[in-house]
Amino acid sequence: MAAARKRILKEYTECSNDTPPGMKINFDEQNMTEWEILMDGPEQSVYSGGHFKLRLTFPNEYPFKPPVVSFKTKIYHPNVSNDDKGSMCLGMLRPDAWKPPNKVISVLHLVRTLLIEPNVDDAIEASIASEFKDNKKGFEKTAKEWVKQYAK
Amino acid sequence: MDSDDEFNSSGSEEDFNNDSDASFGGGDDDSDLDMEDNDIGFETQDKDIKKSKQKYEVDFQVFGPEQVQAQQDNQIEEVGNILGQPPEAAAILLRHARWNKERLIESYMDNTDKVLESAGLGEAALHPPKIEKVKGFTCDICCEDGPGLETFAMKCDHRFCVDCYKHYLESKIKDDGEAARIRCPGDGCNRIVDAVSLDFLVTSDKLRDRYVELLTRTYVDDKDNLRWCPAPDCENTVECGVKDKDLPRIVPTVHCDCGHFFCFGCSLNDHQPAPCGLVKKWLKKCEDDSETANWISANTKECPKCHSTIEKNGGCNHMTCRKCRNEFCWMCMGNWAEHGTSWYNCNRFEEKSGYEARDAQAKSRQSLERYLHYYNRYANHEQSAKLDKDIYLKTEKKMTQLQMQTGMSWIEVQFLDSASQALQQCRQTLKWTYAFAYYLARNNTTEMFEDNQKDLEMAVENLSEMFEKSTDQLESLKVEMMDKTSYCSKRRIILLNDTAENLRKGEGLVIDLF
Repeated sequence: MAAARKRILKEYTECSNDTPPGMKINFDEQNMTEWEILMDGPEQSVYSGGHFKLRLTFPNEYPFKPPVVSFKTKIYHPNVSNDDKGSMCLGMLRPDAWKPPNKVISVLHLVRTLLIEPNVDDAIEASIASEFKDNKKGFEKTAKEWVKQYAK
Repeated sequence: MDSDDEFNSSGSEEDFNNDSDASFGGGDDDSDLDMEDNDIGFETQDKDIKKSKQKYEVDFQVFGPEQVQAQQDNQIEEVGNILGQPPEAAAILLRHARWNKERLIESYMDNTDKVLESAGLGEAALHPPKIEKVKGFTCDICCEDGPGLETFAMKCDHRFCVDCYKHYLESKIKDDGEAARIRCPGDGCNRIVDAVSLDFLVTSDKLRDRYVELLTRTYVDDKDNLRWCPAPDCENTVECGVKDKDLPRIVPTVHCDCGHFFCFGCSLNDHQPAPCGLVKKWLKKCEDDSETANWISANTKECPKCHSTIEKNGGCNHMTCRKCRNEFCWMCMGNWAEHGTSWYNCNRFEEKSGYEARDAQAKSRQSLERYLHYYNRYANHEQSAKLDKDIYLKTEKKMTQLQMQTGMSWIEVQFLDSASQALQQCRQTLKWTYAFAYYLARNNTTEMFEDNQKDLEMAVENLSEMFEKSTDQLESLKVEMMDKTSYCSKRRIILLNDTAENLRKGEGLVIDLF
C-alpha cells in the first residue's frame, strides 16, 4: 500500500494539472483511496446540463487491480448499471484488460467519452442498449428526463 | 496409450451387464423374467452386448494428470521440432492456437512473423532474460526511482521494477488464475510472458506449482474433446468425441476411473436418458418451483384477470387484486360487481363470469398439477436412491454377517453389492425419465417410453423390497435376488437403448422445451 500511496498522490497531481473538461476532483489526503468526482454532462451529449457525482475507489491491490468507478447520481446510460451501485465496467476498467501502468486520468477521459458516445456493444444494461440502437429518439428522451429529474 | 485397457477398466457397468446377460442367455426360465415384455427383442439386445457397447453408450478414455502432462510435452516437442522453435516458444504457440497443431503449423508456414506476433512472441528469441539497473529509470507502476532499482523487461522493452513485475505475475496467477496468456504489464502490449521469463521471475515453489497446474487446466479447457472429472479431489481427465452440437441427440455418459459417472456434455452427474438441454431446463424449473409450487397449489388462487397468485389473509371474500385492482369474489372467482348485495354469502355458482374464471384457473392449476406429477416422481426416486444408499452401507455389514452365519465365501455374498449398485443406477435413470417425460410431446413412441419406464420401475421396486429382508432370509433369496438384479439392469438397458435410438434418429420422441 505504501507504493500505492506514492502512486496515487502522483496521479492526483497529474489529474489536477490536466483535469478533463467539466470535471472537478475532491481529494481527501486522509482517505486517498476514495475520490469524489463532480462532472458536468458534456455539452455535445444528451447529458448536457446535468451535474453528476461519481466515486472512484482504489482497491487494496491498486495499481495491479483497476480502480472502481460508480455513478452516485442516477444516469440513463447503456454502460452504467441501473441500480444503487451505478457501476461502470468496460474497456480498461475490466480486471482482465487493466494494466498496472494505466492511469486514472485515462479512466476519467474514458468516462467522459462514454457519455458522449455510449458503447452499445459492451453494455451492462442490455435493454437501454437496444433502445439506443433501435429507438434513439426514445433513448434520448428518457436520458434527458433523467438528467432533469436526478442530475440538476 | 493403452486405450483398450483404459476402456475396460472404466467399464464395470459393462462387466456387470455381461454377467446379467449370461444368466439371461442361459435360458433358465425363471418366472420373474418370463414376462410379456420379452417382445422388445432380446435377440438384438444380445448381439449388441457382444459388441460390448450399448446404443446409449459412447466411446471415451480416461487419463491421469501425468498422462495429460505427457500429452502436452509430446505435442510441444513435436511442434518445436517441426517449427525449429525452443520448447517454451512452441508451448506458447500451441496454447495460442488452442492446441490445434495442424492449424498452427499451417499458419506458421504461411506467415511466420504474423503468427509469432499474435502469439506474443515477436521477433525470435535472441537474449536470455536478465535483470538490469538502468540510469534515470522510474517505474511506471509504483513510481519509484533511484539508481539501485532492479528492473526487468521482455523483448518488447516495457521495463518495470522487478518487484512490480513479480507482483504483477503473482496477482495474475494467484488472483486471476491466469497462466498461458499473461500479457506483458506494459500498456497496450500483447506480448505473452513466456515460460523462460516466468521461471526467471517467479521464484516461490508454491506459485510455480500453481502456474503449472493452471497451464494444464487451460490445456484441458482448450481441447473440446477433453473434460475434467468433476468428482471432488479427482484429477483425471476424460476424452470423448461427442461434440456440443450432438448433445440434443446424444447423452454422453462417461465413467471415470475414480468410479464417478458423469455427463461429458455438461459435467453433471449421469442423467441418462435425458439430454443436457432438457436437464438444464428441468433443474432450473425445479429450483424455481418445487416446494413453493406445492404450497402455492394448496394455499392460493389466481386473480381471474391478471393471474397474479393471491393468498387470502383475511376473512372477507371481497378481494381486490393488488396488481391489477380487479375486484372479485374469493369463493366463486366471479366479478364482485355482479354480486349485488349478497356479499359475504356467495351462492352464485352458475354465473357466467365466475364460471369462466374458475375454468381458466382450473387450466392453470392443471399445468401445475402436471408438473407436480412428474416432479414428485422425480424427487421420490432421488430420495429413494439416497435411502437405498443407506441400505448399501448396511449391506456391507450384512455381507460380513452372512459370511459368518452361513460360511459363504466373500465372493458368494457379492450378489448383495451388485444388487445395491444396480438399484442405485436404475433409480438414477428412473429419476431422469420423469424429467424427460415432462417435456415429451405425446405420440405413439411416448407410450413405448412409458411402458419401458413402468417396467423398470416395477423391477426396481421389487428388488428394493428384497433389500429390507433380514439377514437370515437373505441366503435363501440369493438366486431370486440375483435374477431380479439382472432383470433390473436388463430393463434399464432396454429403456436407455430405445430412448437413445429414438433420440439419435430424431424421430419418435419429440422433446418440447416449451
